Amino acid sequence: MDSGERPSWAPGDIDLGRPSIARVYDYWLGGAHNFAVDRAVADKVLADVPVLRSVVLNHRAFLRRAVRFMLARGVRQFLDLGSGIPTVGNVHEIAQAADPSARVVYADIDPVAVAHSRAILTGNESVNVLQIDVRDVEAVVKSPEVRDLLDFDRPIGVLMIALLHFVPDSEDPHGIVAAYRDAVPAGSYLAVSHAGVEEGEWDPAWDDARGTYNRGVSEMTYRSRREVEALVAGFDLVEPGVARLPLWHPESLEDVDDDAHRFPGFGAVGRKA
Amino acid sequence: MTEQVDHRVVGPGRSNLDPAVLAGAESFARTWATAVIGSSYVPMTRTEVAEHLQALTEVLVHALHASPFRTAPGYEIGARLVEAHFTGTDTLGRTVQLLGDDLLSELGITPDELMRSRLAALQGALSAGYARALRERTLAEQEAIRAAVLDARDQAEAALRASEARFRAMFTEAAIGIGIADIEGRILDVNQALQDMLGFSVEEMRQYNIRDLMHPEDGSSVWRLYDQLTAGECDHYRAEKRFRRADGEQVWTHLTLSLVRDDHGDPQYQVAMIEDVTDRHLLQNRLRYQALHDPLTGLPNRALFLERLGRVFNSRHQSRAGLCYLDLDGFKVINDSLGHDIGDQLLVEVGRRLDHSVSGEGKLVARMGGDEFVILVEGSRDTQDIVNVADRVLRELESPIRIGGHELIVSASIGIVERALEGTTAADLMRDADITLYWAKADGKSRWALYDPERNAREVARFTLSATMPAALERDEFYVDYQPLVRLEDAVVVGVEALVRWQHPEFGRLAPDRFIELAEETGLIVPLGRWVLRKACEQARRWRAEFGDSAPFVSVNLAVRQSRDPELVRDVKRILDECSLPPNQLQLELTESAIMGTADEPLEALRVLSDMGVRIAIDDFGTGYSNLAYLKHLPVHELKIAGSFMEGLRAEDEEDAVDVAIVSTLVQLAHALELGVTAEGVETPAQAKRLHRIGCNTGQGWFFAKPMRPEDIDELLRR
Repeated sequence: MDSGERPSWAPGDIDLGRPSIARVYDYWLGGAHNFAVDRAVADKVLADVPVLRSVVLNHRAFLRRAVRFMLARGVRQFLDLGSGIPTVGNVHEIAQAADPSARVVYADIDPVAVAHSRAILTGNESVNVLQIDVRDVEAVVKSPEVRDLLDFDRPIGVLMIALLHFVPDSEDPHGIVAAYRDAVPAGSYLAVSHAGVEEGEWDPAWDDARGTYNRGVSEMTYRSRREVEALVAGFDLVEPGVARLPLWHPESLEDVDDDAHRFPGFGAVGRKA
Repeated sequence: MTEQVDHRVVGPGRSNLDPAVLAGAESFARTWATAVIGSSYVPMTRTEVAEHLQALTEVLVHALHASPFRTAPGYEIGARLVEAHFTGTDTLGRTVQLLGDDLLSELGITPDELMRSRLAALQGALSAGYARALRERTLAEQEAIRAAVLDARDQAEAALRASEARFRAMFTEAAIGIGIADIEGRILDVNQALQDMLGFSVEEMRQYNIRDLMHPEDGSSVWRLYDQLTAGECDHYRAEKRFRRADGEQVWTHLTLSLVRDDHGDPQYQVAMIEDVTDRHLLQNRLRYQALHDPLTGLPNRALFLERLGRVFNSRHQSRAGLCYLDLDGFKVINDSLGHDIGDQLLVEVGRRLDHSVSGEGKLVARMGGDEFVILVEGSRDTQDIVNVADRVLRELESPIRIGGHELIVSASIGIVERALEGTTAADLMRDADITLYWAKADGKSRWALYDPERNAREVARFTLSATMPAALERDEFYVDYQPLVRLEDAVVVGVEALVRWQHPEFGRLAPDRFIELAEETGLIVPLGRWVLRKACEQARRWRAEFGDSAPFVSVNLAVRQSRDPELVRDVKRILDECSLPPNQLQLELTESAIMGTADEPLEALRVLSDMGVRIAIDDFGTGYSNLAYLKHLPVHELKIAGSFMEGLRAEDEEDAVDVAIVSTLVQLAHALELGVTAEGVETPAQAKRLHRIGCNTGQGWFFAKPMRPEDIDELLRR
């Protein structure tokens, strides 16, 4: 995963001249934890694909539903991979609203997002924040932030929200998911949300969005339902399996709009047997 | 989290509202929710959003009807929208428009002047409250993200500082010396280990250029590689290098020099890693010294000598060289009688004297082992140079050596080889010196001998002969010639002496003097003598068959070793039997020393042979030291007077009185003992005549006949 040129303990660059995924998402979610460079890219993508704001909101809403689902199944500890900037409706808010003792580890590669998370989470002893490349599964799992807080004898909810479409096939996303699956105890859950559409539904506007995204922020890989299913192989998917994001356990029919079945993204929750 | 709020605002006096108004508020809230949902993310379901907005709607209803009328609730609603994260860009616009368009009608309120005015005031307050809250929130978030950036940077810098500190610590604390210089060789920094190693402080080192650290003993490759490295042609190299410490001492090191390039790949710095291997080096030197020196005398040992000798031949700086190969005479006796301790001390003193007498450039004294020493002289001008060295050594050893109360006189034998290096090898030189030392010993010790290629060739030939003789015997390379023994009275051939010859495939026809002595040394004389005896007897039988009683007897030489061979009698008897030869047809010739010096047993054998009828003759009589008294008890029939006495009888006109007297005396003696006399070496008629007059019975020599093939004897007999 790591390029190997820099020792793992060496700090990453903090280059405010480049947009960051975490801050772009924050902007799309209505936050102000971002800079002009982030907003410029965010606006440009949005101009190509106006629906993207709704897409982002849907990923965030899926997070809420997935966490609540896991809470209902008794999961009390969560590992949020690629957590980004804490905005509203963060995992620990949802989890600790249900059970104040619930534990959450946030992990993100963005040092600014992590620094911000640490600042607002100071004093919350049930939450740890870890700056790391989450593709390095062993480093994540063996980190003190994870080991000190999460009990590997009890189920863990692993969250990969809007994460894997930033991991191209060349970086072995299947291997990464499998490694996390192997690391967590039986009874653990995985939630995945992923950008993508079915074959034949392609809108050229998505190419433009991806192009802007690839150039400005990070390389993006859309995947089909089948491909997302392959990613989460080895987990027992809960009904309805890999679904269009708004259609995965909607909170009410009112929350499902008319375009839900064409939504450009999939979600799934699976359980490790 | 700071955003943690209770989004579900419960309006005051909700239950106070008229059910119809409440329904209107509910309906408005749903429309409101639809208008704002999707403009920003709120962590609520649509229903939760509608409930939240309904509460706010109820606050509005109360505010519209409140007395006195206040705009504060509108301001609060604006703030609460922001608080609930309704922060999308369209949220406020849609909300204000919706309030103006739908609120009064949904609530069933008559849009009179008062209500319109109140609603407008509330809309303004809501906008103001929203704007202020959003501004505060935005500023707070901007401040938070900037603080996060600073935090992240601080952390990154702290990590960088930590990593720099680690590197600095590694540099500072490393046990290996590390130095960094720019590409011109200016020293920029050195760590403590290198400062300690070289004895200079970092400030002092910074005054230096790498080239100032050049050491006169540096291999040329060190600086050639350095030039290549600074030119960017190689990225690192290792070398053994000496440095001079501040205190003048030397440090032996393993040096690894590496090139550091900049982003463009151009040479930027050079980094030296230097390991102090002085101790190891000194140990190696000591081990090497021990490996190459004799622990007893401290002189170079055989290995070092051979190494040096090899170098003389390889380098060819000199055109000639010489060796003295030296061995103490009788050292074994000293060692055995006085003990090894004295022997060792003697060797130490001899080594010291040798070293003392042979010092100087190009000379090396080494102990080869035991009491053997060797002196190598490189670049000698001629043989005399080495002879001078050998003379000096012998002189040096003349004065007695005093060890533990003993005054020891030692002498040495020296083999000298001196020659041009061209055309020879170290091994040749050593072998020839060794041979020559042997000659010096054989020639009488306490002297030097000079290598002589002819002598060597002779010895080699001797050796070759001696080595090939057994095979030659099997291959019938030997043959026998016969020389007549003539009765002086009537010139009749009464006997023949058998003389062995060797038809050597390489050296040609060899006379007995070339190989009999060798055969004696190797012991081959016994089978060879037996072979001659058989040949002679077979020939005698043939003559007897042809000439009957007038056939000559054969006279065969018996070497000393043969005479002492316990098988002699049996051999002679068997051969005579096999040849059916009467014993009196055989005469055995022995030298004086062989017959006089013999112990009882061989003499007994001769007596048996004599009793059998075999004639016994004493060869070369008069040249040895015969015990004349003893002579009469010996089983002897014939004396052969040595040819050397015939010299004085040789001339026609005059004769040597002494020789005549001696021969006369010998003849009288023989006759007194009833022995026959044969004169050897008869070469002139005068000799023959005088010998006959003196009373010699038989003559042998060129005057009568040279040794010849048996067929020629046949001719002679037939005449």
